Amino acid sequence: MAVLQHLQEDFFKGIWRENPTFRIVLGLCPSLAISTSVVNGIGMGLAATFVLLGSNLLVSLIRNVTPSKIRLPVFIIIISSFVTIADLLIEAYTPDLHKALGIFIPLIVVNCIILARAEAFASRQPVLYSIADALGMGAGFTLALVIISGIREAIGNGTILGVPIFGPHYEPAITLILAPGAFLTLGLLIGLVNYISRKR
Amino acid sequence: MEKFFVIFFGVVLINNMILSRFLGLCPFLGVSRAFKPALSMGIAVTFVMTMASIVTWICYTFFLLPYGLEFLQTIAFILVIATFVQFVEMVIAKTSPPLQTALGIYLPLITTNCAVLGVSLINVKEGYNLVETTVHGFGGGLGFTMALLLMACIRERLDFAEVPECMKGFAIGFVLTSMLALAFFGFQGFFAR
Repeated sequence: MAVLQHLQEDFFKGIWRENPTFRIVLGLCPSLAISTSVVNGIGMGLAATFVLLGSNLLVSLIRNVTPSKIRLPVFIIIISSFVTIADLLIEAYTPDLHKALGIFIPLIVVNCIILARAEAFASRQPVLYSIADALGMGAGFTLALVIISGIREAIGNGTILGVPIFGPHYEPAITLILAPGAFLTLGLLIGLVNYISRKR
Repeated sequence: MEKFFVIFFGVVLINNMILSRFLGLCPFLGVSRAFKPALSMGIAVTFVMTMASIVTWICYTFFLLPYGLEFLQTIAFILVIATFVQFVEMVIAKTSPPLQTALGIYLPLITTNCAVLGVSLINVKEGYNLVETTVHGFGGGLGFTMALLLMACIRERLDFAEVPECMKGFAIGFVLTSMLALAFFGFQGFFAR
């Protein structure tokens, strides 16, 4: 029972209390660059979750045999291997998504969330907890991406998942799809999250 | 000559690493609280970015391409950049201690700066030759420094402003960045006729 509770806690902390994007403010570059449409947001979230799961699993498995002096290079090699796998898989099965995400797929390597979880969690905890942690963090990241991209796509393009939501007379505010809109959306969302958690 | 000009101003003003390509945001928000550390960080990034562009280009053209190993570029680049940053750190520690104190912890941090890896990947993707790569890397670093310094100047004044409690820190930082990005939009279409 205690194990189950532990697992639950490891999973849910990634979604709100330690949400990577809104609370810890890590992994910003992809959350802003590719959040122009919900499809891209989900794609990026799933790719990052896959890499997070793979790297947490492997790092946790070899945590007792890795010399602590060279652990960072080891982590980076593990992470970049999984990123390469994800990159090739996305290119093979969803070429359109691969084109939309562009260089931000290889850039998952330097996404601080993944290295931070490997260093702070997976290298110290058993495999099962590390998997829960990876899934929770991945879910929190995906959720954040879906929220950001949902707002940007709805206001900047008048659609959600490509379906028009505001009717034919809506003039899309294109700025929100472009760079300034990304910064503005994330800034206001972080402010909102701070406001809500302060009220509690 | 004209091509270099276009690449250089393109990456400094129009496709600025931070404001339009969203690369290197962590150091941008982390080190832009005051002018001086921002300047040190900018110099360190410009130097590493220029050199890393050259090194990764050589690595790609002479080691990966001839053997059909392009799919290994992510792993190869990150290793080359990490090793290179370590090497630069040792050289600076040996030859110029004052510079080392000035750069401090910023140098090792650059390894995880996605702008450096991003520039290297863009170089390869755009198919630049060695000189164009160097210009692109240097311009990218310069554009990064400029955005960082602008932000630092604004944030130094922001200390005296009354910001709502929940917007303090990152939240207002992003709203400011949004304004900066909007201003830089004026350069869009600079070279298009």
